[in-house]
Parts: sequence; C-alpha cells; structure tokens
Amino acid sequence: MHQAELDEWSRRDGPLHRRDARAKLLVLLAYLVALATVNTVTPLAAAGFAALLGLAVALSRLPAGGLAWRAAAVAPFVVVFTVASWVAGEPARAMALLLRSYLSAVAVLIVVGTTPLPLLLKGIEHLGGPRFLITVVQILYRYLFVLSEQAQHMRLAAASRGAAGKGWQANRARFKAAAGAVAVLFARSYARAQTIHRAMLARGYQGVLPSLRANRWQAADWAFLTVGLLLCVSLRLALEYAG
Amino acid sequence: MPDKLAPQPLIEVSQLRYRYEDGTLALDGVDFTLYPGETVALLGPNGSGKTTFVLHLNGLLEGEGRITVCGLPLNKENLPAIRSKVGLLFQDPDEQLFMPTVLDEVAFGPLCQGRSEQEARMRAQAALQKVGMAAGAHKAPYHLSAGEKRRVALAAVLACEPEILVLDEPTTYLDPPGQSELLALLSRLPQAKIIVTHDTLFAEAIAHRAVFFYRGKIIAHGSVAELRQRFGWSARATSFTPAR
Amino acid sequence: MHIPDGFLSTPVWLSLAAVSAVSVGALAPKAQRETEEARLPLLGVMGAFVFAAQMINFPLGMGTSGHLVGGTLLASTLGPAAAALVMSAILGIQALVFQDGGVLALGANVFNMALAGVFAGYLPLALWGDRRYRSAAVACGGLLSVCVSGALALAELIISGVRVPTALLWLSVLLFLINGLAEAVITVAVVRALARLNVAWVRGPALGARRAPAALGAAAVVLSMAGVMVASQYPDVLESFADRAGLAARAKALFETPFADYQASWFGESWWAKVVAGLLGVALIYALLVGVTRMAGRRRSK
Repeated sequence: MHQAELDEWSRRDGPLHRRDARAKLLVLLAYLVALATVNTVTPLAAAGFAALLGLAVALSRLPAGGLAWRAAAVAPFVVVFTVASWVAGEPARAMALLLRSYLSAVAVLIVVGTTPLPLLLKGIEHLGGPRFLITVVQILYRYLFVLSEQAQHMRLAAASRGAAGKGWQANRARFKAAAGAVAVLFARSYARAQTIHRAMLARGYQGVLPSLRANRWQAADWAFLTVGLLLCVSLRLALEYAG
Repeated sequence: MPDKLAPQPLIEVSQLRYRYEDGTLALDGVDFTLYPGETVALLGPNGSGKTTFVLHLNGLLEGEGRITVCGLPLNKENLPAIRSKVGLLFQDPDEQLFMPTVLDEVAFGPLCQGRSEQEARMRAQAALQKVGMAAGAHKAPYHLSAGEKRRVALAAVLACEPEILVLDEPTTYLDPPGQSELLALLSRLPQAKIIVTHDTLFAEAIAHRAVFFYRGKIIAHGSVAELRQRFGWSARATSFTPAR
Repeated sequence: MHIPDGFLSTPVWLSLAAVSAVSVGALAPKAQRETEEARLPLLGVMGAFVFAAQMINFPLGMGTSGHLVGGTLLASTLGPAAAALVMSAILGIQALVFQDGGVLALGANVFNMALAGVFAGYLPLALWGDRRYRSAAVACGGLLSVCVSGALALAELIISGVRVPTALLWLSVLLFLINGLAEAVITVAVVRALARLNVAWVRGPALGARRAPAALGAAAVVLSMAGVMVASQYPDVLESFADRAGLAARAKALFETPFADYQASWFGESWWAKVVAGLLGVALIYALLVGVTRMAGRRRSK
C-alpha cells in the first residue's frame, strides 16, 4: 500500500532517524513557520530554504527522488492556483505559492519518513497535543492497513461478480453493490471495535489508555534542536532585514 | 462435613442464563466448576454458547445466575480484581493487539493495573521472554506472523499475572508447527486453563477433562476421548445430532 | 479541498489552528458520551473504516465514479461530536502520511471539514431527521457538508490574499456542487444499506433537536462574517454596496485597508497586531457561538 513505503523508510537507520521525535517536530515547526511568514519569496529566500531542506534530506538518508515524487502530491491543488496567479500577472506570488507549498511538503515528509508514526504521535502528545485525539489517531493507524486490505478484497470480489455490462442499469446495480459493500465493511468494523474494547476491558482498561514514556532525550538531540532552531530563525531574520 | 482435603474451586458458575438483545436464549442454565491446576476443554458445535459463556467469566457479559471467581462473587466492585485474575485470550489476535508496538501492548495490562512504568516494563519483558518473543519488543503488530501475534497476545495476558487462563480457539490461524509450539508453551504454564476449541487432537493433548455444549447447555462431561466417541465429534463427522 | 501549507496567511492559519485545537479538546468528552458505549477504540476503527470505504468506487454514470467522503455518514451513525473527532483524526493522518493538506494548515482543514462540514452535514438530520424524511435529511446533509467545507476553504484562501479570478471561483463552486451531490447520493445509499443490516445504527435527531435553532443562528453569524470578509476582497462590489447603503467613509476604509493587499502590507504594519486582531476576531465569533448555544439550550430545557 501507499503508506507501506513511508513506513519502510521510517524504519531505516540514519542520523536523523536516531533523533528524538520531539526535537524533529520542533525543528519542523520552526522551518514551516519561517517559510510561512516570509512575505515575498525572493530567489535568495528560495535558495536559503532549499539549502536547509537539502541538508535535512542528506541527513535523512532517504531517496531524494522518492521524496520529490511524494511531495508532488500537492501538485494538483497548487498548480491550479499558481497558474491563476501567473495569468493574473503576479508571477512573484505564483512562485511563492509553488515554492512554499512544495518545500513545506518535503519538510513534513522528511520528518515522517525518519520517524515511525507511533513514535511521532507520542512525540506530539509529549509536546502537549490533545491526548484523546492522538490516541484515536494511533488506533486508526493501527487498523488502517487491516481494514484497507478487507476493502480491497471486497472490491475484487465485487468486480469479479459484478455486472460487466454498460448502461444505466448495470451502473445502478454496481452502485447498489458498492453501497452494500460499504455497509458490510461498516458492520465488520463496528463489530471489530467492540471486540477490541472487550480485549481492553479484559486487561483492566478503565477509560484512559496508558502509555510508556518517550525514549530518553540525548545530548545529540539537544544539539540537533539548537542548531535546527538557530538555522531556521536566523534565515528568517536575515530575510526580514535583507528584503 | 466439607472434605478439608478437597481443593477450593477457582471458578464456580451456577445456573448461568443469558439472552441476546433480540431475545434468543444463548445460555440456558449452565453449571460449571474449575479447580486449580486443571485444564478443561469446552467442546461443542458453533453457536452452542461456548464463547458467550467464557465472556461471562470476567464480566464482559452480564447474565443471570451466580459466578464466583477465586472466592469473589462477580459484581461491579470485584470486577477489577476478577479481571486481573482471569486472563482471556480472544480468537482473533488482531483484535487483541491494538497498541503500536509489542512492548506497548504487553505493558498495557500492568500499566492499567496501576504498576509503575518501571515495573510494567519488567513484567512485559518477562512475559515476552516466556513466550519467546523478547526480540520483537519494538516491532509493530502488522509486521508479525500469525504465530507471533498469537504469542504476543498470550504474553500480553500473562503480563497481568492471572491465575486462570481462558483461551478461545487458540489454534485458529496457526499452521501445524505453530499448533505444536503453542501446545508446548501452554503445557509449561502453571495456571488453570479453560480452552474453547474445535481441534479435538489439540484438546486431547492438553485437557484433563472436557464438557460438551449444545444449544446453550452443558449436556455432557468426561475426558476428550470419551466425548469424542460419544458424539462422533471428529474431523470426519458429516453432521451432528447429540446421541443421548 | 485539503489546503496545503504555504497558501494561508499567518493570522488565518494561526487563528483557525487555535479554534480547532480548543474545539477538538472540548469535543472529546462529548464524543465519549455520545457514542453509546463510550468507546475510544470505536472512533479509531471507524476512522480506518472511512479510509477503507474510500477505496470502493461508486459509478456515477458517464464513465465517472466517486467515493464516499464520510462526514455525514459518521454524523448520522456516531453522532456529530464523535464524527468531528473521527474526521479530525482522518485529516491528521492524511496530512502526515499522505501529504493531503498541510501541517500548519491542519487547523484550517479541521475547521472546514471536521467541524463546520460535519456540523452542516448533521444539521438537516437534527432538524428533520425523523423516519419519514431521513433519506432526504441525510442527502441534504451530504450536499451541505461538502459545499460548506468548500466554501470556507475558498473564503480562507481569498482572505489570505490568494488570487482567485472570478472564473476559477465559479468553477470551484460548480465542483463543490457536483461533489456535494455525489456525496449526498452515496451517503443515502450507504445509510439505507446500513439500516437493512441493523436499524439501530442510524440515529435520529434525539440529541440535536434542542439546540438546532441556536445552532442555525450561530451558523448564520459565522457565515455572514466570513461572507463579509470575502466580499471585502472585491472592493468594487463593496463600493457599490457601500454607496447604496450609505455607509460612512470611515467604515469603508476599515474594510478596505487591512484586507485589500494582505501580503504586501505585511512589512508595513506590525504583524503582531494582525495576528492578535485575527485571533480576537475569531475568538469573538467562537464566544458568540458558545453563548448562543448555551442560552438556547438553557431556555429549551426549562
């Protein structure tokens, strides 16, 4: 599945992989905010942000091509508005939109690609994120693959069984079959959730999902955090006074 | 005069009745006793109430009748204590492994029981050691094979240090080597066990005695071999009606 | 409809992030109460269900096919608060794992799709959801949720200074309508199929009925304020309106100056003031929402 690649990336090893999730999240935030608050994206600004990103890509040991490709997921939306701005005679703004959204996407990818999602979620929680929602996301991610596989089977089964004909009636039949499939998927998911809840209760669950504390913060994490923040902040300030 | 040498039962179920929401009677007056150290197999056709029955033993379902676990009557107050004494292993390990990593999963029980994080980690690692999954502590559940998932689920239950193990169809999804492994593992565990199973060979290898469920009632007791013969309950059976 | 990073101006993404964070935090206990058996795993698993369900294609004729978005389906089976939380979780995963929507923009996307979208999807059901009209209410909800989410997203882009030529504006509106209709039809079909499996799953208006009028009023306030902010981006439209309504010159200036050229004026004025102003504005809307809802609720229950 689509996310399997990202998951595999996050389980590799590298200098960035070994850093604490909290440090990576904080530096990511600093980068994104710096990028978001820059008013006009001059060539100098673009170069600066791209350079920082390049450094991160190198440290991540992730395939640059793969990263570039996955980040292009923003393309459909971005291209539309970029073209609109360009055609309206505002090429600077158009480029700003394109660069900001693309660079941001790559930055997020680097962090998600070097941190297994459960650890990332724990990091967000320890930085003060909403605990209940994060737990929901955790369980969602855990069963994402399982349920998607089920849906895939249903799709294939429906396709092999389904009305191969064309025309209004065949379409209608397929439509109804799809609705039925979604309903069955719903029913199974609901039943599954009930059993999971029972399994939790059976082991003493009383309303709050416990979690083990995050891995210990190391000296290297301090170093990474400091350098990362410094780089982002100084780039931003430099652009403020240069522009 | 009560015989002082007779052991106190771990579980006593008296006249258990349970109706589904739609009114069908799932359990119709079940009496059952479990003694320390013994392994009892629950046999019977699908839908006869075996799983529904075991879900009552730790209060997941509430029916009419009396249940006593380790001397404690099953009621709201005693629920936490009873749930830590009865370890329930569900049929589908995927529904029992809901935490992001193996270690998180196995530490879940001790943490819910109020142990400190340090202690929970230790118990988790000890339990993983017992099932031979100590190396996989940081793996995510979907990277595990069916057998490994089964073992992690067992570790998760063992980490709560229960006195009684209840297993619902434990050999499902396991290939023959996996089944032998599970058998060996379970034989090493000292807890009293209740095993719901269709696998009569497995039951015969591990259970001291068995009971036969049919339409919400226990209709026979005996050894697995006896019941197998009496009801023709083997892999070659083509249909089933209880011969009385 | 998922807005990536780099499009929204700082006051917009920051204030929406704040509003979303507060709302989601407030909804958690409500969601736990609403889902009949107060289940954390249910919300997580149903989130995964939505992803899985989106893989199933619904032929819509003429060779096109659509898929379920899910907000209205969730609202009509789990209740609005739980649905909002599940949608928020889904948006979080989409942003992180699928790069569908930005990280800084997550607050805005949650506001548009998980909060406003779900709320709009549930409203018809809350007002007219009794058995006879359920299908119509669900269809209405599906259409509304997509259109409201889309409209809000567009509004936020415009307020942030993104250039949206009139042609693109109308094209987007058309797309929202088409997608909304698809969602309406698909959601109704699924709800009907669900009811055949187990009627208990599809819930009626029990919870929402009391608060519905207040909710409508609050929604009207929010939408009108958003509308005002958007309209101010088309100064010629506003000018003719101002002339006809006879607004004071000072009021006109107030509308035009801060919004007219958001990006360029960034350097000129202290951006702190803008952030604070933006946050205050949204906080005001929010307080109004909560206040009206509470007052109406109190009045009704007496």
